[in-house]
Amino acid sequence: MAILEVIDLHKSFGKTEVLKGISFSMEPGQVLSIIGSSGSGKTTLLRCINFLETADRGKILLDGDVLFDADGEKLTAAERRALQPKIGLVFQQFNLFPQYNVLDNVTLAVKLRAKKEKNAASRKAMNAEIEEKAIALLNKMGLGDKLKNYPCELSGGQQQRVSIARAMALEPKILFFDEPTSALDPELTGEILKVIRALAAEHMTMVIVTHEMNFAKEVSDHIVFMDKGVIAEAGPAAELFDNPQTERLRSFLSNYN
Amino acid sequence: MYSFSEVNLKLLDGFKVTLDLFALTLIFGLILGLIISFGSMSRFKPLSFVTKVFIWIIRGTPLMLQILVVFYAPGLVFGKPNLFSNAPIMLRDERFMAALFTFVINYSCYFSEIFRGGIQSIPVGQHEAGQVLGLSKTQTFFRVILLQVVKRIVPPMSNEIITLIKDTSLVRVIMVVEIIKVAEKFTAKGMIWPLFYTGLFYLVACGIMTLLFGLIEKKLSYFKA
Ligand SMILES: Nc1ncnc2c1ncn2[C@@H]1O[C@H](COP(=O)(O)OP(=O)(O)OP(=O)(O)O)[C@@H](O)[C@H]1O
Ligand SMILES: [Mg+2]
Repeated sequence: MAILEVIDLHKSFGKTEVLKGISFSMEPGQVLSIIGSSGSGKTTLLRCINFLETADRGKILLDGDVLFDADGEKLTAAERRALQPKIGLVFQQFNLFPQYNVLDNVTLAVKLRAKKEKNAASRKAMNAEIEEKAIALLNKMGLGDKLKNYPCELSGGQQQRVSIARAMALEPKILFFDEPTSALDPELTGEILKVIRALAAEHMTMVIVTHEMNFAKEVSDHIVFMDKGVIAEAGPAAELFDNPQTERLRSFLSNYN
Repeated sequence: MYSFSEVNLKLLDGFKVTLDLFALTLIFGLILGLIISFGSMSRFKPLSFVTKVFIWIIRGTPLMLQILVVFYAPGLVFGKPNLFSNAPIMLRDERFMAALFTFVINYSCYFSEIFRGGIQSIPVGQHEAGQVLGLSKTQTFFRVILLQVVKRIVPPMSNEIITLIKDTSLVRVIMVVEIIKVAEKFTAKGMIWPLFYTGLFYLVACGIMTLLFGLIEKKLSYFKA
């Protein structure tokens, strides 16, 4: 059964239609990369799925939940907030909270969610557990010695790893990345790719918008190629890169070689 | 003639009025300023428009004029002595209350613009990160945005607050007896030095404020925002 299903999604900003009917679906544990030239609507697609924009038409389903249905009832703010932790998003610019150290960045949202617990003793136990899990997560990301550091004391690659840990701490069903390496120096992109590869090995369902073709080819099961608001071509990673069917994809790929 | 310590005691009485006005304006002005800043940033156009016009009027006219209007206009228009004659007994110092009211309104408008600038300077990505992590708008504001705003507005706030200490001397136009008014009474009796001597009180107060703000700035220097 598909974990994510996007059906005929449309989105316009004013008079410009940015998404012109996007449909695709994903199986649990799959890694999907979205490639395409600048302005083709990749970020807008991620933002629509993550509630940062509201689409105009279409439907988005996540593991049995309706995230968006233009023909159905609009979700209330509370309903959206309840669904939000099931979807993780890693930003290009990290967007870490500068006033919190690494550990607090990762635990803030999880602790706030657990705060509804009234009993003070069990709340304390819960917070301890949350921290323990977060530390384990950060250790796995190679940040075990940076727990008490502030974002301004970290390299870009380290900051991006913290932001991945922050998203993972909420145990999302699916994790979205919007160009996770493009704000980094080329020599730092490797460490992010390593983390994503490790997550893929654990069968985390992921959608990655990227301009790193080699990485997309290596880590993804599936590729979606977007062009001017539509999916121009999609398919298994190996096939799509080795044997592009459309002229548009061929010319797009030729820019990278 | 008065001895040095007698002059000091009288001036301190006046300075207490100065500090009362200063502290109360600061407390109420900051709260009201935050509220006004939300009004001016509101996406409900009529509200943000009215708020901006209000800020324009308050910032566009002299504080001295505002003090005079608040103190005298109600009596001229309604035939009542002033706004506060029906207030509970402790608030019945009508001159001081008129001065405080004017100062709170005036300074909250300046504060609101500092808040607005600070809040709007925080990158939208911070709000979005909060939302994506499942925080409510209120949680995002208080847990994520506010401290970053505070850090950014410390320098302009410290400027404004130091100006406030000195602006309190304006209220003597409606006979609120703050420190300079006290000193003027000595001058009328032929003693000129107490008037100059008041400068020292302001200097000390501003010095303390400067140190305090330096401390806050240092406390918040552990992160970059
Ligand atoms: N909030 C907005 N208001 C108006 N237009 C927008 C907005 N956001 C995006 N657009 C427009 O939508 C189009 C698609 O933008 P989008 O950011 O989704 O592209 P992208 O594929 O992510 O590009 P890139 O590879 O450069 O990140 C662009 O033409 C952009 O100018
Ligand atoms: Mg983009």
